[in-house]
Amino acid sequence: MIKKYAVLLLLGAFALMLLPFVTEVTPFEELSPVAQKYVKDGPDELGSANLVSSVIVTYRGLDTLGEVAVLFIAAAGVGFMLRRKGDVKKSLRREASGILRSGTVFLFPLVLLYGIYIFLHGHLTPGGGFQGGVVIASGIVLLLLADVSAKINGTVLQWIESLSGAVYVALGVLGIVLAAGFLDNRILPAGEFGRLLSAGAIPLIYSLIGLKVGAELVGIIDSMQKDEL
Amino acid sequence: MTLITILGFILIVIGIWGMLSQSNIIKIIIGFSIVDTGIHLVMVSIGYLKDRTAPILDEAVGKAEALARVVDPVPSALVLTAIVIGLAVTALMLAYAVKLHEMKGSLDIHDLKELKW
Amino acid sequence: MITVFIIVLGLVMIAAAVLAVQQKSLLSAVLLAGVISLLASILYLVLAAPDVAMTEAAIGSGLTTIVFLFALNKIRKQGKHD
Repeated sequence: MIKKYAVLLLLGAFALMLLPFVTEVTPFEELSPVAQKYVKDGPDELGSANLVSSVIVTYRGLDTLGEVAVLFIAAAGVGFMLRRKGDVKKSLRREASGILRSGTVFLFPLVLLYGIYIFLHGHLTPGGGFQGGVVIASGIVLLLLADVSAKINGTVLQWIESLSGAVYVALGVLGIVLAAGFLDNRILPAGEFGRLLSAGAIPLIYSLIGLKVGAELVGIIDSMQKDEL
Repeated sequence: MTLITILGFILIVIGIWGMLSQSNIIKIIIGFSIVDTGIHLVMVSIGYLKDRTAPILDEAVGKAEALARVVDPVPSALVLTAIVIGLAVTALMLAYAVKLHEMKGSLDIHDLKELKW
Repeated sequence: MITVFIIVLGLVMIAAAVLAVQQKSLLSAVLLAGVISLLASILYLVLAAPDVAMTEAAIGSGLTTIVFLFALNKIRKQGKHD
C-alpha cells in the first residue's frame, strides 16, 4: 500500500517538474541557426530534395553510422541470448491458412519491391534506408508467418549485413579522399536536382543502410521466432 | 502544437507509472515503449513551426522560399533513428525476459530475489 | 478543426495507454501499445514530419508488436514444456 502512494507521489513530482516546459516555453518563430544553415545551403550543396535525408546521411552521417552500429550490437545481443542449443525441435505452430499462404505468394514480391523503392527514393520523397529496411523486414515476417517450416539462411544474411556495412564505411573514407570529409556525398556528381540519379552518393549510401537495417531486423525477428527450447 | 507536447508528457508519465506499478516484466517493457512514444512526440512537436510544411522540396516549395516555409528537419532526423534504436532495444529486453523465464519459470519481479539481502 | 482532431486522438491515446498499463491480459496490453504507436504516426503527419510518420507506422505498430507476440509465444511454449 505504501508503495502505491510512493509511486503516485513520485509521478506527481515528476509531472510538476515537466510543467514549466509546457507553460513557460514560447514556441519558436524561426528555425534554429543550425537548421537555417541546413535548409538554406543543403539543396545546393548536396542536391537532395528531402532535407531530412541530407541531415541523416551527410550532415549527421557519423551519428547514423554509430546508430547502425548500435542496431548491430542489439541484434547480436538478441541472437546471443536466444541462440540455438542442439537440434531444432519439430515446429509446434499450427499450419497457416490457405488465404494467408496464397496471399503471401502475391504480396511478398510487391512488399519487397516497395521496400527497395522507398530506399532508392530516399532523397526525393519521404522515406529512406531505415523505412525501406523495415518494410523489407515486414515482408520477411509475412513469409515466416505463411510458411511454418521456412528457415532464414543465416550465412546470406551475415554476408549482406557485413558487406553493406563495410561498403558504407569505405564510401565514408572515400569522402575524405575525394571530397571535403568523412561521409561527404559529393564523391559522385550531384546531377540534376529532383531526379533519381542525383544528390551524389545519398541514394547509394541510403540503399546500403536499407540493406543493413533490413538484414539486422530480419536477424532479430528470426531469433525471436525460432521454435526450440 | 503545444497540445501534442502536453500529450507526449502525459504519455511519458503514464509509461513511467506502468513501469513502477507493475510487477510483470513484459508489462514493464510495454511501459518503456509507451515512454519511448511519448518522448518522440515531444521531440517532433518542439521542431514544429506554425503553418509550415514538411522539409521536402518540390514544385510546391522551391529552394528560394524553403527557409520561410519548412519545419526544422533536425528533430525529424533524430527521432527517425531513435525509433529504430527503440525497436532494437525493446527486442533485446524481450530476449532477456524470455531467457529469464526459461531459467526461473516466472516473469514476476517479486520472484527474483538474488539481489535481495 | 485540426485542434479538435488532435484532442480526440490524444484522448484515445491516453485511454489506450492507461488501459495498456492496467490490463491483466498481456496480449491486449501489447496490442494497445501498438494502437498508441499507430495513432502517434497520424500525429507526426499533422506535425509535418512524414519521414517519422512512415517509420513509426512500420516499426512502432508493425514490427514491435510482432516481436512482442513472438516473445509471448516463446514464453508460453516454455511454460508448456516444464
